Amino acid sequence: MTLVLQAVVNGLEMGLVYALVAVGLAIIWGLMEMINFAHGELLMLGMFGAWWFSTTLHLDPLLAIPPVALVMFGVGRLIYTLLMRRVQRGETFAQIFATIGLFFFLQNSAVAAFTSDYRFVEGGLLSRLSGINLHLAGLSVGLPLLIAGALALVLFLALYLLVERTEFGLALQATSEDREAAMLVGIRPQRMFAVAWGLGAALVAVAGAILANFFAAYPQVGFPFTVLAYAIVALGGFGSILGTLLAALLVGVVQSVTVVYLPPAFKDAFVFASYLLIGLLRPQGLFGKF
Amino acid sequence: MAPAAEAPLLEARELHVAYGAGVRALQGVSVRVAPGEVVALVGANGAGKTTLLKTLAGLLTPVAGEVWFDGRRIDDVPAPDRPRLGMALVPEGRRLFSRLTVAENLALGAFTNADPAHRRRMLERVWELFPVLSARAGQRAGTLSGGEGQMLAIARALMLRPRFLMLDEPSLGIMPRLVDAILDVLRRLHREERLAIFLVEQNVPAALDLADRGYVLQTGRIVLEAPSRDLLASDLVRKAYLGL
Repeated sequence: MTLVLQAVVNGLEMGLVYALVAVGLAIIWGLMEMINFAHGELLMLGMFGAWWFSTTLHLDPLLAIPPVALVMFGVGRLIYTLLMRRVQRGETFAQIFATIGLFFFLQNSAVAAFTSDYRFVEGGLLSRLSGINLHLAGLSVGLPLLIAGALALVLFLALYLLVERTEFGLALQATSEDREAAMLVGIRPQRMFAVAWGLGAALVAVAGAILANFFAAYPQVGFPFTVLAYAIVALGGFGSILGTLLAALLVGVVQSVTVVYLPPAFKDAFVFASYLLIGLLRPQGLFGKF
Repeated sequence: MAPAAEAPLLEARELHVAYGAGVRALQGVSVRVAPGEVVALVGANGAGKTTLLKTLAGLLTPVAGEVWFDGRRIDDVPAPDRPRLGMALVPEGRRLFSRLTVAENLALGAFTNADPAHRRRMLERVWELFPVLSARAGQRAGTLSGGEGQMLAIARALMLRPRFLMLDEPSLGIMPRLVDAILDVLRRLHREERLAIFLVEQNVPAALDLADRGYVLQTGRIVLEAPSRDLLASDLVRKAYLGL
């Protein structure tokens, strides 16, 4: 029983980081209804950003978060203006192919720039804290993952407040519902889409910079995260930012509890099985608004 | 008094608009609306009324012709930049932001003017014009009835204090009692704020009762233009739109 509870706690910690991975997609796909199959590659760039920051500048990888967020916000905007704006009005297929092209472009650019070697971020605060556990009621909580989870949660909530509580967020929601009506009140839809892409790219890259403290960075690291993020957003429900958080926690818990009873290879099978199940029973997702 | 002789607030010159390859929706339409004037646009379904309003608002781009507003040529001004000039369109079917609340819809109506004093004034004015909306401020727009939704659509368009208001079928699918209430508000805005109104309305007698002047649009062309009184008496309007 303690084993299961311990697994639940670990799953919740991981789920908080997954939430940050998914929330970028929750804006681009869930809210603005655009496809991005290169989502995980943006995460990969965030991981390499943290790695480069810690090995070249010898600074703590956590300090890479602000510059990574800033640069990747610009990259996201650029992806929209140079690429996605041109395919937005056509078939959805055009967006799928455009972002699959982007996926190959980013992945192969990373191979050219960094080679396919596994890169490890070392010497940071989180790696020095590794092995330190907090003990509470017989459960132990790893401190590094706890800090990472808390950081992810803070950023997640900041985004939630931006979308749900500010006028800019209202304008994003208005644009996603009715572009023409948005234009009639003076909102520039293309600017909204560009900022949404900037926010989405910045958030997932920051998630990557955090994850780089726990996982090796390499050019092909991103795709499993893309798939996971799509499952989480669909589970949580379109247009629901908080639903994304709860779905991410659920996915983290399902993964870590599965590992207690079955070989680790099964952990994603159960995540996607629960995705299929909920897709059948509740197609709008757990907390979907549409 | 001949308002049409005044320098027009809005003027469309020889507008041609096409959908896709060669489907001509407007074929050389010219209309003008003077400051403070109420003008009706009548015509059958498919005549091009909505196309004309969307073109004036910038949602459609004409293939030929010019649009002038307040002495300035605006046909290359993008749609989102036009509300700031002082023009607003209440589109057909209301097009509210249904997942947002009534208050949030109104806030977005003033999206390009964040000045809190302006917003407070406009909100007070809108609550006064449509008291029923103030009782529903925190309610999602998608849950409003047809009439209340239409009031919100008009209120949202008023939040920037336009000088020129276009309305596309504001009485569509609304209870007659609420239609009268809405027309009364338009009359008040015209009288108290000298708001110029360009009204597309299927209820032709009501529209011509409110308007000083009217145009009749048939298959993409203006076929008649006259003061409302004369239009009501004309054979064309009596036969085609009043069923007399």
